[in-house]
Amino acid sequence: MPKPKIGIYWCASCGGCEEAVVDLAEDILGVVEKVDIMFWPCAMDFKKADVEAMPDKSLVATLLNGAIRSSEQEEMAHMLRRKSKYMIAYGSCACTGGIPALANQFPREQILRYVYEESPTTVNEAKTRPQLKFAEAGREVTLPELRNVVRSLDQVVDVDYYIPGCPPTPKITKAAIGALLEGRMPPKGSVLSPDVALCEECSRRDSKPTNVAFTEFKRTHQKHLDPQLCFLAQGVICMGAATRQGCGAQCPSGNMPCTGCFGGTDRVKDQGAKALSSFCANIAAKEADEIDQTLKGIPDPVGTFYRYGLAKSLLRRKAGLPMSNGK
Amino acid sequence: MYIPKKHEPVRIGFYICHCGVNIASMVDVKEVAKYVGTLPNVVVSRDYKYMCSDPGQEMIQQDIIENRLNRVVVAACSPMLHEQTFRKATEKAGINPFFFQMVNIREHDAWVHTDRLEATRKAMALARAAIQRVPLHKPLEVKKVAVHPNVLIVGGGIAGIHAALVLANAGKRVYLVERDPTIGGHMAKFDKTFPTLDCAMCVLSPKMAAVGSHPNITLWTYSEVAKVDGYVGNYKVVVRRKPRYVLEDLCTGCQECVEACVYKEPKFRDEFNLGLGKRKPIRLPFPQAIPPVTLIDPETCIELKSGKCKKTCLEACGDRKAIDFKQQEELREILVGTIIVATGYQIFDAKRTPYYGYGVYPNVYNALEVERLINASGPTNGELVMRNGQVPKKVAVIHCVGSRDENTNRWCSRVCCLYSLKLAHLIHERTNAEIVNFYIDMRTPGKGMEEFYNRLSEEGMMLVRGKVADVYPDPTDGTTGRLIVQAEDTLMSRILKIPVDMVVLSVGLEPHPDSDKIRRLFNMSCSSEGWFLERHPKLAPVSTFTDGIFLAGCCQGPKDIPDSVAQAGAAAAECFSLIDKGHIEQEPNTAFVVEKECSGCKSCIPLCPYTAISLLEDKKKAYINEALCKGCGTCVASCPSGSIVQNLFEDAEVFSEIEGLLAPVPV
Repeated sequence: MPKPKIGIYWCASCGGCEEAVVDLAEDILGVVEKVDIMFWPCAMDFKKADVEAMPDKSLVATLLNGAIRSSEQEEMAHMLRRKSKYMIAYGSCACTGGIPALANQFPREQILRYVYEESPTTVNEAKTRPQLKFAEAGREVTLPELRNVVRSLDQVVDVDYYIPGCPPTPKITKAAIGALLEGRMPPKGSVLSPDVALCEECSRRDSKPTNVAFTEFKRTHQKHLDPQLCFLAQGVICMGAATRQGCGAQCPSGNMPCTGCFGGTDRVKDQGAKALSSFCANIAAKEADEIDQTLKGIPDPVGTFYRYGLAKSLLRRKAGLPMSNGK
Repeated sequence: MYIPKKHEPVRIGFYICHCGVNIASMVDVKEVAKYVGTLPNVVVSRDYKYMCSDPGQEMIQQDIIENRLNRVVVAACSPMLHEQTFRKATEKAGINPFFFQMVNIREHDAWVHTDRLEATRKAMALARAAIQRVPLHKPLEVKKVAVHPNVLIVGGGIAGIHAALVLANAGKRVYLVERDPTIGGHMAKFDKTFPTLDCAMCVLSPKMAAVGSHPNITLWTYSEVAKVDGYVGNYKVVVRRKPRYVLEDLCTGCQECVEACVYKEPKFRDEFNLGLGKRKPIRLPFPQAIPPVTLIDPETCIELKSGKCKKTCLEACGDRKAIDFKQQEELREILVGTIIVATGYQIFDAKRTPYYGYGVYPNVYNALEVERLINASGPTNGELVMRNGQVPKKVAVIHCVGSRDENTNRWCSRVCCLYSLKLAHLIHERTNAEIVNFYIDMRTPGKGMEEFYNRLSEEGMMLVRGKVADVYPDPTDGTTGRLIVQAEDTLMSRILKIPVDMVVLSVGLEPHPDSDKIRRLFNMSCSSEGWFLERHPKLAPVSTFTDGIFLAGCCQGPKDIPDSVAQAGAAAAECFSLIDKGHIEQEPNTAFVVEKECSGCKSCIPLCPYTAISLLEDKKKAYINEALCKGCGTCVASCPSGSIVQNLFEDAEVFSEIEGLLAPVPV
């Protein structure tokens, strides 16, 4: 009997998710023993045309990482969706937009202008910008278009499962692949990590005072962090209470607060809003100007509370900016 | 009880009320009914003139049976008014009452808009929001919580006294807590009362004595409520009992200690007589004080200040051993089911109207001081003698001092016109002095009040309609302290400058300076002036927004003695109503923690205004005490992992409602 085939693909992401697959280390051998990795452009030479030539649904699953922000990524997502029985959003960017989705705070034009003209390290006196088409000597080359809005994978194609994390840990990756191979898949649409907030598995939980009553917020580089005490008790924003578990509380174990990469629990529509409402309700000050003073410790609220989830949040995009694909 | 099965299709009945013309004049109710009839799951959609009427309710019940409805939505007035009506109506027809949803298109729509088309669109949107929400509703049960039969009454003025006696006479156990060393309040300071001119203490002292000796009343004077926890039917209250340095159960009230005090003569400011008389460090506030127990002022007592007194009082007390210089403040915790707040008022400080010279010219008095001066138990034994030892021959009474005044208090204090007339009459009766009343408007509503005014005005007192501009010393007078009162007589259009011997300022009533503290203690609301706010100005005049806490007397607003007593009776009746029913029905819109979803982050615990949330130490999960939860939703909104659910306000219900509200309407 032929081995089941899987695909791994990379859209708008940093490459960390690819690294996470490699992070399986020797366990990857076990995976390869059971499946044929048919398509993994980052690691293997197998062309798009080869996949296109395969019958639909011939891949048992595609693990797609990265957000969708270009026409090419859109096209690949659609193609891989057709070829796969299960489409799995792998990592924060595919699940909820991730870091790339923070671009939704700005107009596309502003981003292009900054990157190609204004950034301190750019020298581009002719103000040349990449063109979608370029013809020379009778040959035409094309580039993908940058869309107006950065989207999570499920805002583009139907997604069966989500493996969260920036990047997903080897443990949940292995568990997901194991479940897939043994046909023990949960209901469609499930996020493949426990649906309880991180605090439960954090060793610092019991050190959190009942009433944190924030008087100031500090960022991690602004103070010496106690290696045992709950970050909130130190006035440092930790997203753990608003973030689902499954990572084994790796960041708090490394003396860094949770930044929320696993996303909210299933019950939560907007992780950032939930975190905000919880933190703000626990601010000690009661007068508006004192509250403002406390909140000065959070200079970038979107980057703090929506670091991985802006595309899938209720906010999604800065108000007044176009939501269309921008063709 | 009908509980729809999971897969049974949702069948909604929608009803829109005209409310006479209240709604129908601003909302096209027929159009709304027609539109809602086209929405998914809606089986019947009707409009009717008065949905709350019996035929209106019967129409719903008939539809439930004939059309097998399992959800009901009524668009009408505020749920504050008729939610219970319709819940009961749907329940009677066999449907769980929480499958009913009310849409407020009167207060929230018809009454606040002027554009009929826009108001109709809004009614459609509001109706659709409910139509989209009710399919998600779940059957809920009203829980019963027992009501503790004991009552706490805060404030021992006439209102508190009356309420305490009404309740205690019916066999209820009452705790009466009073801040001062004696009960009696302001009424105990008055000489006579309008309009009957009967002696205030003659009618009050029997009631005070009855309170003092009543087996069902625990009287704690010189005490303050320190903390209130809990909820209707089950309030846990901490009362702080200040040390009197005289033991209540041992003191017989003989006052031999007062006689024996090392201070032979009274030397210190007598608070009860507003400083017009003197007292010793150990004293009884006034002869009929209840409890008849002396107390020692630690500020003036030599022993308490320096420990170097001969303690002649202790000697005089002898074997009774009632004096205890080591007495400490005590905290007592009690459980009560209901609370009546009757904390009264303070008089306006006339120093805030400096043009009347109060506190500057010795012959200017406020009305309460005059009450004490003409009172037989007052500092002058009832003789109206001024600070200079003279009996006044001409007296000006100035109305509306600190009332109806842009610069001080805007409200009418309601009692001043009548007490001014009363004082004018009494001063004239005692001294034969000529009296001039300066008033803005003479306000004498109430039974027998206008007749009282007519009778007194025939006695020959002078009534000047005009606000006094200034009071200043008579430049032609050297020693007696005679004053000139300058005012415009607005009826005669002339300026008057009238020389008088004495000026009486009819000061208004205002909230206690610490009313905000009291308000927070009992979780009540205040009007902008600081009077405690009743739940409804007409239909719930003694209730507050906190269940089981009621108001009586002037803490709710200025009123006279009959009204205070009537309100005290009403507040007592409200307590009876809860106590005798024995339980309260608790709205099931409470929140609960889904234990397996809770991460134990504790974010919710400090936020609960009712201290209903605790951490289960063994499981490290938050837990909400359903009996304490008032359904405010604070914890639900703040739970960072969405693990707290509130009945009737589940996320899915609320989101579905919002989607319904925001979808476009056809007109």
